[in-house]
Parts: sequence; structure tokens; C-alpha cells
Amino acid sequence: MSKEFKRPDGRKHNELRKITAKVGVIPNADGSALFAFGDTVAIAAVYGPRQLHPQHMQNPAKGILRCTYDLLSFSVYDRKKPGPSRRSMEISKVTEWALEPAIDLSEFPNQVVDVQIYILQADAGTRTAGINAASMALAQAGLPMKDLVVSVAVGKNDKHILADLNKEEEDYEEGEGATDFAIAKLANYDELTLMQMDGKIQPKRVNEAVRLGIEVCKEVYEAQKKALKDCVMEEK
Amino acid sequence: MSEEFNGAHEAYGESEDSSDSAKRFVVVPGETIIEGEDYLPGEGTKRVGNKIIAGKYGLAEIAGRVIKLIPIFGAFVPRRNNVVIGRVTDITFSGWLIDIDSSTSGFLPIEESPRFVNRNEMDQYLKIGDVISAKIWSVKPKGIDLTLKGKGLGRLEEGFIFRIIPSRVPRVIGREGSMVNLIKEKTGCNITVGQNGWIWIKGASIDSEIKARKAVEMVSEKVHLGGLTDKVEAWFMEEK
Repeated sequence: MSKEFKRPDGRKHNELRKITAKVGVIPNADGSALFAFGDTVAIAAVYGPRQLHPQHMQNPAKGILRCTYDLLSFSVYDRKKPGPSRRSMEISKVTEWALEPAIDLSEFPNQVVDVQIYILQADAGTRTAGINAASMALAQAGLPMKDLVVSVAVGKNDKHILADLNKEEEDYEEGEGATDFAIAKLANYDELTLMQMDGKIQPKRVNEAVRLGIEVCKEVYEAQKKALKDCVMEEK
Repeated sequence: MSEEFNGAHEAYGESEDSSDSAKRFVVVPGETIIEGEDYLPGEGTKRVGNKIIAGKYGLAEIAGRVIKLIPIFGAFVPRRNNVVIGRVTDITFSGWLIDIDSSTSGFLPIEESPRFVNRNEMDQYLKIGDVISAKIWSVKPKGIDLTLKGKGLGRLEEGFIFRIIPSRVPRVIGREGSMVNLIKEKTGCNITVGQNGWIWIKGASIDSEIKARKAVEMVSEKVHLGGLTDKVEAWFMEEK
């Protein structure tokens, strides 16, 4: 069924946009990475572990993770007013929750690891690109991690379940309309760390969507792994 | 003066078992390094079922039966007895605040200076902006205490400092200080390597200082290669 459906950019139903991944793009940061799904480009910088201020936020048992996600003002067609918004604050928080299960900060009590994610260009799927970039940046910062976090958005146009929607597909209005389903998981474990949905979907089709997401996550993981390995070899 | 620093290097250089011939390759967190019951998980790795999994991003090293993970990126994590290089950022009534490029700043109490310092004239001994090499005396949740009592510790005069990635310091020092001693010998410079990645170089001429710096930077960049001491030696031959 899905195969007959023609996507605007001619991709197959399980085909991702072209992935670009690069590690070490910000020399001053302890870890940094760039991740792009086609025209969606995200960069992430990691600073820390460092002393946490204000003091009342400190946790004497373990370090905390603090994420900031934002769109740059030129990343969208209509200029985005700079500064935190209701939307970016929510995404910052879910990104934090998506990354937390993978990283172990018990060695760094009272300290903080700051993760800053900025979207250079937005074309749907920005939070997933942001999480992928952040996970690579955390790894490069040399923090103890259980696994890398991989993230991808699956969606539905009318009755067809598709991987990695672009903006055009996200605004699809015919039939049942468009549904966007962002997931993040630990790459080598069957543990989902983020699941968000926007739109409508039949309960029995959720399974199908998540399964497709998990399958295409493998491709993202390979891209992340390659970028992290190439980064060392380049220094020759 | 330079010879005095060797004692500090020996303790924190590469360990004996990390031979240059051992196999090294890059791994990402969560990646399976090797499968099988024959291997033992070492530093930075853990066993899950019959697999050995990497707990960090770095170089995995298979030395005999032990799998080790050498970090190649990351911030400085202070430990007791580390020799670090820092800069005086403030003078309080009981000591000096030292920026050692870690998550908490270091504190050097007035009693820990090797000679008597008058409380009213502390800036005559160390003033703001001075660079010192000090030893970490204790690491507590509230801060790091430093001391200047020890061989080769004290204010660093002249020369210059620069930074490398702290997790690559053991390679720059080499086994029992072999790498840093080679660079010292070939350039005739005084070199102090702080565990926090700050490196101080002072030589007879600017040229020799630059040469020493280049050599140190080369070692820290080629972190994934084995047999580096020989390579550096060859590099010095070429440069001549």
C-alpha cells in the first residue's frame, strides 16, 4: 500500500533524507557535532562537567544534564523571534529526558553538563536532528555513556506510514491529513526514550509506525558511528 | 630545574602494560568491543553477557586478555597528587584562588607555600595573573586544595603556556616520562606538563620553544597511532 504512494521528493516509504554527520565542529566546546536530515540542520555543543549555578539546583548525589534547544532566527521562512518560546522550552525538556537514560553522571556530584542545540535550518524533524547531534557531542565530550541515542521521526500522510517527513509532507492535508511521530531510542537496546505525537493515528497502527522508526534508526546509528570514528582519523 | 619535574611525570604517564604494539581502535559508547568469555573488562568498559561493551568514546586497546579504553576527549577530572598548572585569579585573606581549568577552582592556602609569607604582603609572593605549577592536595566536593610544597613546584617565570586536551596528557608524558624527556633532550627546553592539559615551555631561544610546542602538539594529535616515540624521534631528525 505504502509503495504506491508517491512522496513529493520521490523517496521510498522507509527511506530517510540524506544524512550529514560531523563531529568536532566547535573547537572551544568540550564536545560538539552537526547533524542534518536533508535540509534540517542542527548543531550541538556540550560544555562540562562544570560547577552548577544557581546552587539550589545542585544535586549532591549526581550531576545534572541541562539542555537548551532553539531555532535560530534565520532558520525558518518567516523570521523567528529570538529567545526561548513555549515550544522551544518544551523541546529542551523532552530532549533532556531523551538523553538522560544514556548518560551516567554519578561521578560528577553538584555539577552540570550543558547541552546547547541550535537549528541552523528547519525543514521538519528538528528535535530528532537535535537529539542526534547532542548524543554525538556528549560522546565526544568523553562522558561515561551507556549507549548513543538515536532519534528519527516517522509520520503518516493520509493512510501511508512514512519515515522522516519533510516540511511539505508535514503540511499534507488530503484524506486523513498528516501525523508526526518523533521517537528516540538507545541504539543497542530496545528502550525508547522519547515518543511524541502530533496529529491523528489509529491505535492499531501505532505499532507499525514505531516499528518502522526503530528499523530506520539503525541507519542513523551507522551515520553517527562513522562520524565519530572519522573524526579521530582526520587528525592524522 | 627541569629535571626535578620528572618525578611527577613518572607517576602519571602511560602505564607499563600499554605497549605500543597492542591493537588500538576507535569505539563509540555502547559498541561491542569484542565477544567471548576469554577477555576481562578493564577501565572504561563493562561486561554484558559474553560481550565487552565500551562505556565511553575513545580508543579500545586489547592487551593480552584485558580490554582497556583510553579516552581521547574530555574535560579534566582532578585527582589527588596530580601536578597541574594554574593561574592566580584572586587573593583572599587566607590564600590564593587558582584557576586550574577544572569544574571547581583550586585554592592554595597561605600555609602551603614553601616559605613564610606575610599575610599583609601576599601579592609580593604571588600576584593575580601569575602562573604556577602546583600539586593537588585534596579533592573535596566544596573545592580543590593545592600545595606548593614539593619538588619542582612554584611560580613559573618567563616561557609560555598553551593547552592540549587533558585526556591526552599521559601520551605526551609517555611511559615513565619517556616522551617528554625525549622532547626536552632534543630541544633543550624546560617543559612542565600539567595533568589539566596546560603545558609550560621555556627554552634558550624562541625557535627551540616553538619546536618543542610543535612536537607536543603532534603527539597529542596523533593519539591513535602506536610507536609514537620512534615517530617523534624521526620527526626531529627531519626538522634538523
